[in-house]
Amino acid sequence: MAYQQRKIPFAGTIDSNPETKPFFEACAAGKLVLPHCGACGKAHWYPRGVCPHCMSQNLSWKDASGQGTVYSFSVMKRAPVPYAIAYVTLAEGPTMLTNIVDCDLDSIRIGQKVALRFVPTEDGPPLPMFTPA
Amino acid sequence: MSLKGAAYIAGAYEHPTRKAPDKSVAMLHAECAIGALADAGLSKSDVDGYFCAGDAPGMGPLSMVDYLNLKVRHMDATDIGGSSYLLHVAHAAEAIAAGRCNVALITLSGRPRSEGMATGTTPRAGNTAQPDVQFEYPYGPTVVNVYAMCAQRHMYEFGTTSEQLAWIKVAASHHAQWNEHAMLRDVVTVEDVVNSPVVASPLHRLDCCVISDGGGALVVVKPEIAASLKRPKVKIIGMGEAPKGQMGGNVDLTYSGARFSGAAAFEMAGVKPADVKYASIYDSFTITVLMQLEDLGFCEKGKGGKFVADGNLISGVGKLPFNTDGGGLCNNHPANRGGITKVIEAVRQLRGEAHPKVQVANCDLALAHGTGGLLGTRHGSATLIMERE
Repeated sequence: MAYQQRKIPFAGTIDSNPETKPFFEACAAGKLVLPHCGACGKAHWYPRGVCPHCMSQNLSWKDASGQGTVYSFSVMKRAPVPYAIAYVTLAEGPTMLTNIVDCDLDSIRIGQKVALRFVPTEDGPPLPMFTPA
Repeated sequence: MSLKGAAYIAGAYEHPTRKAPDKSVAMLHAECAIGALADAGLSKSDVDGYFCAGDAPGMGPLSMVDYLNLKVRHMDATDIGGSSYLLHVAHAAEAIAAGRCNVALITLSGRPRSEGMATGTTPRAGNTAQPDVQFEYPYGPTVVNVYAMCAQRHMYEFGTTSEQLAWIKVAASHHAQWNEHAMLRDVVTVEDVVNSPVVASPLHRLDCCVISDGGGALVVVKPEIAASLKRPKVKIIGMGEAPKGQMGGNVDLTYSGARFSGAAAFEMAGVKPADVKYASIYDSFTITVLMQLEDLGFCEKGKGGKFVADGNLISGVGKLPFNTDGGGLCNNHPANRGGITKVIEAVRQLRGEAHPKVQVANCDLALAHGTGGLLGTRHGSATLIMERE
C-alpha cells in the first residue's frame, strides 16, 4: 500500500508548558533533544521539569542520536488516512510514543531499526517521527 | 486493621436501556440509584455516603448529590476511568469501617451512543496542561490503537494469536445470547471475529466492546445493615487498586496494574485464583481480558492465549466462567465505563440470580476486576473479591 502522510495536529503552543518549550524550539530547528538528569544520569520520556526516576530538577537537554527500535506498533486502519502509531525505544534508553512514517505500513515489525524523521505539523513545529533505517 | 468483611454489597442495579436519547445523564444516574436502593430494600433517607466518577455531570459529586437531594456525610469522586466503580466499592468499605458512613450509594451513567461519540477511533486532544498531551496527541492515540499496541507486543513476546483472542469474544457471545438486554445476542465463532474488519492492527471490529448508553448503581452497607435486609449477603473480602503508566520512559506493555491490585486483593481475602468460581473481567477489548487474567494469576504470564482458548471462559463448559451477562464485548459498556457492570454481574452470580443458562453452580466466591483509562499509556486497576455468606 502506497504511503500517504496524514495531517499532523499540534496541541497547544510551544510554551503551553514553559519547562518543555526548549524541546519544541529544538524541534523547530530540526533537532531531537532529550532531558537527561544530572543526579541519576538517566534520560526520560515524555519530557518534564522533574526527573521521574529520582525527582531531581537538575536536568539538561542533550541531542539524541535519532536511532531507535520499534517496541510496539498498531496500524490505525479505520481512519481517513491510515497511520502507524508506535512506541520506539531510543538508543539513549527511553521509549517514546510516535509514528512510523514514509514506508509500507504493513511491513512494520517489532524489533525493526528505525531512524528519526521530522514531519511538519498543521500549527506547530515539526515533530519527531521515525522511518525504517 | 484488615478491611476483610468490613462491608457488604446490598444493592445492585443495571439500567436496562442501551440507547437513551430521551433521557439526560443526570436522570439516568437517578434511575440507577432508584433501582439499586429498591434492590437493597433501602430508601433515599438511608444513604449517607455518595460516590461517582468522571461520567457524573457537574463538579465531582456536588451536582448529583444536589439533583438527588441527598444528605450525605461522606463523598468520593475518585476517577480512574472505567475501573472507578470497583475502587469506589473498596473506598466505601474503608469509609464504613472508619465510621464515616453506613450506606454508600455509587452511580454511573452516560449516553455515548445517543451522542454519536466515536469513542474508540478518534484521537481526543484533552487539555495541554495534562503533561503528556503535547507529546502524544499529535501521534493519533485512540482508544483502540493504544490497546492494540499491547496486543501486538503480547503476540511478539508470547506467540499469542488472533484466534486465541477471538475465543474471548466467542465466550462472551455464548453468554449474551441469554441476556434479553444485551446489544449483541448472536453467538459468534472464532472465524467471525478474525474475519471482521481490522480497526487497529491486530485488533478486529469484534475484538472491541460495544458503545452503549445506560448505567448502573451499587449500594454498599455496614454488616449490621446487611444482616437486617432480606437480600442474600455479598461480603467484600478482598480489594486492591493500582495505577500503571509509562514509568518515565521504561514502557512495558506486557503486564497491567492487575499484577498489583490483584495480589493485594487475594492477600486480603486469603484465597487463591483457583478458588474463584466466577470472574468479571473488564473487557473493553479481548486483549484487556487476556492480560488481566494473567496478571491476576489465573494462568502464567504469557499463557493467557492457551488459557482462554476452546471455550475455557464459557459457563458450564470451561474452568473459569467469565462475564456471564455478555460483558462489555456483547452486552453493555455504559458511558464507555464497564466497571460497575462487572460488580453487578458478580453480585448476581453470588446471589444465584444470574440467568439460569449461565448461573455457576454453588457460586460462593467471585472476583471482579477493572482496567480504566488506556492500558497502553496510563491506566488504573481495581480488584474486588466477594463471598456469599
